[in-house]
Amino acid sequence: MPDLLIELFSEEIPARMQGMARDTLRKMVTDGLVEAGLTYAHAQAFSTPRRLVLALEGLSAESPTLTEERKGPATTAPEKALEGFLRSTGLSRDQLEVRDDKKGQAYFATITRPGRKAPEIIAEVLEKTIRTFPWPKSMRWGSGSLKWVRPLHSILCILTDEAGHTVVPLDVDGIVAGDTTEGHRFMAPGRFAVTGFDDYAARLKAAKVVLDSAEREEIIWNGATTLAFARGLEIVEDRGLLTELGGLVEWPVPLMGEIAGEFLGLPPEVLRTSMKEHQKFFSVKNPKTGRIEGFVTVANRETADNGETILKGNLKVLSARLSDAKFFWEHDLRVVKSEGLLGMGAGLSHVTFHNKLGSQAARIERIAALAQVLAPLVGAAPDLAVQAARVVKSDLRSAMVGEFPELQGLMGSYYARAEGLPEAVADACKGHYSPLGPSDDVPDQPVTVAVALADKIDTLTGFWAIDEKPTGSKDPFALRRAALGVIRLVLTNGLRLKLGEVFAKANPATDAADLLSFFHDRLKVYLKDQNIRHDVIDAVLAMPGADDLALVARRAEALSAFLATEDGGNLIQGFKRANNILTQAEARDGVEYSYGADPKFAEAAEEAALFAALDAADAAIAPAMAAEDFPAAMGAMAALRAPIDAFFTAVQINSDNQLVRRNRLNLLSRIRQICLGVADLNRIDG
Amino acid sequence: MSITAPSTAASAAPRSFQEIILRLMTYWSSKGCAVLQPYDMEVGAGTFHPATTLRSLGPTPWAAAYVQPSRRPTDGRYGENPNRLQHYYQYQVLIKPSPSNLQELYLGSLDAIGIDTSLHDIRFVEDDWESPTLGAWGLGWEVWCDGMEVSQFTYFQQVGGHDCHPVSGELTYGLERLAMYILGVDHVMNMPYNDPDAPIHLSYGDVFRQSEEQYSRYNFDGADTAMLLRHFEDAEAECDRLLGFAPDDPNSGKRIVMAQPAYDQCIKASHIFNLLDARGVISVTERQAYIGRVRALAKKCADAFVLTEAGGWTPAA
Repeated sequence: MPDLLIELFSEEIPARMQGMARDTLRKMVTDGLVEAGLTYAHAQAFSTPRRLVLALEGLSAESPTLTEERKGPATTAPEKALEGFLRSTGLSRDQLEVRDDKKGQAYFATITRPGRKAPEIIAEVLEKTIRTFPWPKSMRWGSGSLKWVRPLHSILCILTDEAGHTVVPLDVDGIVAGDTTEGHRFMAPGRFAVTGFDDYAARLKAAKVVLDSAEREEIIWNGATTLAFARGLEIVEDRGLLTELGGLVEWPVPLMGEIAGEFLGLPPEVLRTSMKEHQKFFSVKNPKTGRIEGFVTVANRETADNGETILKGNLKVLSARLSDAKFFWEHDLRVVKSEGLLGMGAGLSHVTFHNKLGSQAARIERIAALAQVLAPLVGAAPDLAVQAARVVKSDLRSAMVGEFPELQGLMGSYYARAEGLPEAVADACKGHYSPLGPSDDVPDQPVTVAVALADKIDTLTGFWAIDEKPTGSKDPFALRRAALGVIRLVLTNGLRLKLGEVFAKANPATDAADLLSFFHDRLKVYLKDQNIRHDVIDAVLAMPGADDLALVARRAEALSAFLATEDGGNLIQGFKRANNILTQAEARDGVEYSYGADPKFAEAAEEAALFAALDAADAAIAPAMAAEDFPAAMGAMAALRAPIDAFFTAVQINSDNQLVRRNRLNLLSRIRQICLGVADLNRIDG
Repeated sequence: MSITAPSTAASAAPRSFQEIILRLMTYWSSKGCAVLQPYDMEVGAGTFHPATTLRSLGPTPWAAAYVQPSRRPTDGRYGENPNRLQHYYQYQVLIKPSPSNLQELYLGSLDAIGIDTSLHDIRFVEDDWESPTLGAWGLGWEVWCDGMEVSQFTYFQQVGGHDCHPVSGELTYGLERLAMYILGVDHVMNMPYNDPDAPIHLSYGDVFRQSEEQYSRYNFDGADTAMLLRHFEDAEAECDRLLGFAPDDPNSGKRIVMAQPAYDQCIKASHIFNLLDARGVISVTERQAYIGRVRALAKKCADAFVLTEAGGWTPAA
């Protein structure tokens, strides 16, 4: 059983794509080999910035011979049919067999597909893999038409067994597979041949390439923590950065540097952001003070001066960046001291938010007015909400946010504190953009919640009023995200808002009903992620109060839980049966059977029992719904399941006695009416 | 295709801004590039030079290197910021088809300007390039030296809405930043422009401080926006008009498609847009519309260029 080694050697693969590429390479190649009839014992994929690698152990040397029998036309069939059969099987008439079939005699063909050697199959599968590899973005280079993530330089593809190794013959657009690879770009340039995976991994290591990304990450993490520990400091953990760094280097060498004293007064987020985003540095923290005092950078090589030049260069770049940041910070603090955060934002009147929606300053006034309206509904002091709303966007005019847009909000909170504004205002500065994504934290401080809602609702109603709604994949103003933000703020904080009224108040020119239906679509997507079915949400949205999202969500949760029970599923069947019979009868008779069912006309015991059960359910459901105790309402509805089933088993609706028939239809109507009072069960699938 | 590989011996450190430029010129000249001169128009980046934008189109092989003065009106800081300028220099290399050893050639150029790759950490970090105004995109990297971006490295995939066949490899060096790093200077204005031992020694500031001040004031306050808006419209109309001519020129009796004169108007419109942006008279939404208008011009010029001989048109076709 030979082992297979594949290496696709290219120019630098983006770090963020390497994990996906490893998995995809393994899956595409192994799936292809297995489909062609080969088996293997073990598969492992690796990546470095310049190579994608797959190692298979215990691959079968060839695929098995397959025999297939195919039945042809009857011996009595016209000559044409036989000719067609011979063509499709590639056999001649004397190779066919005539055997008895159910309907007389027929021709039979035995087709043998000979097994194929592994190299032939591997070449086919690997070529297809290369040509159809689903990179997020791929490119052409030179004069060729082949696409890869960056120019592909060489293919190593060898089979190794006890007798030695052989190159799998393959030529993809002039790149001929071989048994050679390259080491580290700078530390060990030049090509060398390998005989198998173990030899490959060992020679790579000698050529200053650590093949396994997990091992590189371990070297980085251990090296970084050791460097920090030696000075009584610790690394600020950052899993994403560690993975990225592992994908940027073949021979990781962590180097630690100190941040100059003049920069230590900067907010830690500024230090971290600047170092991570621009330099891909780990931050190093003093555990006693919590301050960021140093950094670890990861070089891709060893040097004769032990990284001294590299560290010096990195320090210089960092100093230039942090000098800028310090300049911005001190400049902004001076502005806040002399003009306040409100004054810092004065220039927003010259910044256009959108040409049909006015300036940022005009928008801020709208947000403030809306925050004032919302404040009592979320438990915030209205004057504090207004004060906060007027300054939360001021930091957009700060020098720091001009340079580091990702620090918007956060800088506002620092400047608010520097000015001595209330903590609730500082918190609103930082938190009012949240939640940004589906996993972002949701604010819970009332003033922040009021401003966050006002901000998003102003944006949504504004763009709705000028008819700039998202279409298809186009959502340039991130309105879907804004709506999801409102939904999460409302649901997480259990807020009771009548959105229709809020929309009308925020912007009278908005088509509130249309915007609400956009919210309902977003809510469906959101609840679907919580495993609540589409039809369940539809059933709930058809009820009154659908502009109260917290109410809708609670109803949907209760209904979803109910439907998951055995009683729930069966009750739906009973409800639908009752409803179908009733609807047909109403159509035929041209009347609506809506009331007047009287227990005195009940003939069977099951019929009488249903009357009693409906009375009991009615008595329990109405108050439960009024109290918004949906689980209790659903529970009461569940109690109808047995009586309804028993009723349908024992009783024929159609009676010769018209009085009895009418009474039964009116009884069915009570089932419908009671169930529909809980949710629109007509919309439930199944 | 492969071009002679670079030597690996680290060169002695250069001493001035101009020496770095001269060394790049010598290096790329030795690698077979035509050393061109800057384009005589105001552009935002070296990519706008017709030697890149237009010559990356069509099948004809090309290899050029040049310095391009570049203007970014919004980056003006009155000569005070240590590394931000509204007028600066880019060094640009474009080779079509991209040679298979372009990365090695590039690293050789670093060696030529005194960056010893055995002591420094050179990294290729993903960077997808896109120019919305040129309707162009490509894939490549920003090249880091010890954590500092020293170049952009791009394989053009599309320019002016046309797929690039063959693909051009483009290298762009931000000369001031690169030179400051190599020369160990902290403020661009203090960088030696010519040899520090020359009888008349000139710093970058001696050459450019005053013009940085003047243009910063012009960009932010001086430029007449009403006039610029008119000129934008004029350039747009002129570009369209030039492309509307029939290919056959009655005077010379030749087939002459005025792709490059039209493209000049596209460059003009683009720069005027940048100025208007610096003057703060373009709103966020208008911005997109203006960019779209410049892109439309760039596309038309690209369409016209591929109908010229340099763009691959042949009389037989």
